[in-house]
Amino acid sequence: MKKTNIDFEKELNKLNVRGIEINYYFICKTKLFLFMNNMGLEKNHENVELGKLLHETSYRSNKDKEVIINKIAIDFIKKNKKEDFIEIHEVKKSDKMELADYYQILYYIYYLKKLGIESKGVINYPNQNKKKEITLNDENIKNLIPVIQEIEKIRNSNLIIPPKKKKYCKKCAYYEFCFS
Amino acid sequence: MKYNKYLNSEGKLYRKENTVYFMDTKGKKTPIPVEKIYALYCYKEVSFTSSVVILLAKYNIPIHYFGRYGNYVGTFYPKGENYSGKVIVQQSENYLNSDKRHYIAKEFVKGSILNISKNLSRYKLDYDKEKYITALQKVNRITDIMNVEALMRNDYYNNFDNIFKNFKYEKRSRRPPENEINALISFGNSLLYSTVISEIFNTHLNPSVSYLHEPYERRYSLALDIADVFKPIFVDRLIFNLVNKKIINENHFEKDLNSCLLNDEGRAIFLSKYNERLQKTIKHRKLNRNVSYQRLLRLECYKLEKHIMGIEQYEPFVIWW
Repeated sequence: MKKTNIDFEKELNKLNVRGIEINYYFICKTKLFLFMNNMGLEKNHENVELGKLLHETSYRSNKDKEVIINKIAIDFIKKNKKEDFIEIHEVKKSDKMELADYYQILYYIYYLKKLGIESKGVINYPNQNKKKEITLNDENIKNLIPVIQEIEKIRNSNLIIPPKKKKYCKKCAYYEFCFS
Repeated sequence: MKYNKYLNSEGKLYRKENTVYFMDTKGKKTPIPVEKIYALYCYKEVSFTSSVVILLAKYNIPIHYFGRYGNYVGTFYPKGENYSGKVIVQQSENYLNSDKRHYIAKEFVKGSILNISKNLSRYKLDYDKEKYITALQKVNRITDIMNVEALMRNDYYNNFDNIFKNFKYEKRSRRPPENEINALISFGNSLLYSTVISEIFNTHLNPSVSYLHEPYERRYSLALDIADVFKPIFVDRLIFNLVNKKIINENHFEKDLNSCLLNDEGRAIFLSKYNERLQKTIKHRKLNRNVSYQRLLRLECYKLEKHIMGIEQYEPFVIWW
C-alpha cells in the first residue's frame, strides 16, 4: 500500500500542468506564457466576471462544486449510479473555444486515471443549452501527451511569445495588454 | 463604467449590509454603490470601520488620503498586489543596468517634452522641442537627464504668463505654493500621482522600482515617472481651461501670508472637472476601441511592463489630438 502511494506522488509530480493552462494553450500561446509567469489579467475583467457568475449560478443543486485535486480544479462532479463511474463537469460560457475546452476536460480525465479513478467528462454550455460528452481513449491520449510536454517546455524556458492578432482577441482580458 | 468617488467633507464611512454609506457631520447619509467605485479619495477627515474595509477589499477599492495642503498622504490598498516574481526581477534588472535604465528614463522625458510642446502649440507659443530631444540623446547620466528635464520644464513654465489671463504665474513655488496657479499645479500633480498609483497596482509592476526618479525618493516613485508624461495632458490642460474660462476665480482660494491654497469650494470644482476629464473617452488608434483618459494610464503601465519583459519596446504616450 505504501509503495503505491509513492508511485502516485511521482506520477502527479510529473503532471505539473493546470487545466486552465491546457485551455490557454489552444486559445493563445501569449496568454499562456503571460499566465504562467504570473502575469494574469483575469481580475476585474468583464467577461471573466460573467463567466465566474455563470459558475456560481448554474447547477446550484450540485454539492460537489470546485473539486480541487492538486493541480486541477473540476467545476463539479456527479456520480453515475447506473454504470458506476464518475462524471466530471466543466461549465463554459460559450462553445466558441470548443477544442480548448475539449482538451481541458480530457486532461482532467487523464489526470484522474493516473490516480486510479475512471471517469467520463461532460462540457456544459448552459447559455446555449448544450452538452458535450468526452471519453478518454488511446488516440486522444496520444494527442494530449505532446500538449502537456509542450506546456512544460514553455514553463521551463525563458522563451518570450509576443502577441499576434487573432479574430477573437478583442474579447480577451489580455487584449489591452497585448496591443496597447 | 466605474468611477472615482471624491470625499470632500468630514465624516465617516460605515457599512449596512452590502452597501457603504458616507455620513457627514450633519448626519446626511449618501450611499456609495460599491460595485461602481474605482477608488475613493479623501480630502478631509474620513474615518471608516473594519467592515467597510472588508467590503472594499472584496471589490479591490483603494482609499487615497490627502493632507491639508492637498498633498498625498497615503493609500490603503486592500491585498491588491498581483506581483509576479519574474516581472519584479526584470524591473530591477532594467534599473541596475544603466543603459537600460537610461533608455526608459529618457523615454519618459521625451514623452513630457512632446506633450508639453503639444500644449504650447495650442496657444501658438514657440517651443524648441528638438533642442531638448537632441540634448537628451547626448547625455548618459541620470543627473544629466534630470537636468534636461528641469530646463525644458522651466522653459515651459516661463510661457505660463502668456497663457493665463486672470492670474499671474511668476515662478514655480511649492510647499506651500505662493500663488493661485502654483496652488492648482501642486494640487493637480498630487491628484494625478495617486491616480497613477491606482493603475500601477492593477498591473504586476512594483511601484517602488523607478527609472527617472530614484527609487528611494518616494515610496511609489514609479508613479512619479509615469505621472510626468501625463501632467501636461491631465493637469496643465485642465488648469488652462479652469482659469481662462473663469470657472475658478479668486474666491476659490484661501490666502495666507505666503501660501495660497484651494478652499473647499475650489477643491470641489477642481475634483469634479478632473474626474470629468478622466472619464472622457477617445478612440485609441492602436486598440481601435474607445478608452477613457484614465485607462490611458493603465495602458502606459502595460507598455512599460511589456518593455521590461522584452516583449515590445516602450514608447511614451504622446497626445495626437
